[in-house]
Amino acid sequence: MSCQPVPTGRARTTRMRAVPACLEEPVPEDASRRRLFAAEVERLTDRLFGTALRLTRHRADAEDLVAESVAKAWARLDELRDMQCFEAWIQRILGNTFVSQWRRRRAHPEVALEAEDADGEGETFSLFEQLHQPFLLWWSNPEEMLVNKLLREDLERALDGLPDGFRIVVVMVEVQGYSYAEAAELLQVPVGTVRSRLNRARGLLQRALWRQAREAGLAPEHGRNAGD
Amino acid sequence: MTDHELNCEDVLRQLLDYLDGEMDSEGSAQIEHHLEHCRGCFSRAEFERRLKARIGETGTEEAPESLRARLKSLLNRF
Repeated sequence: MSCQPVPTGRARTTRMRAVPACLEEPVPEDASRRRLFAAEVERLTDRLFGTALRLTRHRADAEDLVAESVAKAWARLDELRDMQCFEAWIQRILGNTFVSQWRRRRAHPEVALEAEDADGEGETFSLFEQLHQPFLLWWSNPEEMLVNKLLREDLERALDGLPDGFRIVVVMVEVQGYSYAEAAELLQVPVGTVRSRLNRARGLLQRALWRQAREAGLAPEHGRNAGD
Repeated sequence: MTDHELNCEDVLRQLLDYLDGEMDSEGSAQIEHHLEHCRGCFSRAEFERRLKARIGETGTEEAPESLRARLKSLLNRF
């Protein structure tokens, strides 16, 4: 990936900058600009729609979010310095647009987020630990088997079932590739809050996946109370 | 090489920060050194890495024709 951050001594090898400083493929100034923009949007439409769907949970809302983000991206194309970083850049615009809409739709978003934070359910739940009970070790690679057999629908259902404040952080970090600091800035919360929400969200997510795996017969019933 | 060895508890506490690319180069090197020598933590790290990848895959979904047509119309106006 050529959208590496400017080295700062931090090992952020998989991150992409919102507005990268690299200049490997400058955005053209001529007529090919619109053609290039259209080609990139077409190439990334499934990625943008998938991300929008995970954020909004509704197909019609996701379509609106993608269309609004593409319109904003075109209007702000002058801000992009490197076409190689187009995906990271437009994903940030989509994330910003979603958060703005999400805040507008809620009269008191901070209250809702605080209420979610007060609920520590799932904080320490670990699928891996559930699969590594001593009497299950005769299974060769129980964790590998489970991850491979989980259906995409199982993952989507578990993700879509998370409360907004948790789901948004997971999507930003795990789907869109935001750093904790970028997510914190966008959500206007401290980095520590992003980290704690992410930890709780992952616990809730893994608890939901464990429950679904047991229902589908992919995991043993031994831990019946663990995911209930 | 690292200044001091991490134990399993240290590694598991920092594992998700490591997998999310949130650690500095020295911290990452310490985690990687431990993972190279600890089968249990390595298995845990691989599990979390694979699960992260599966979750990341949910961010791609075939866009409906209605959206493609809408974007085409939008792009034609630019």
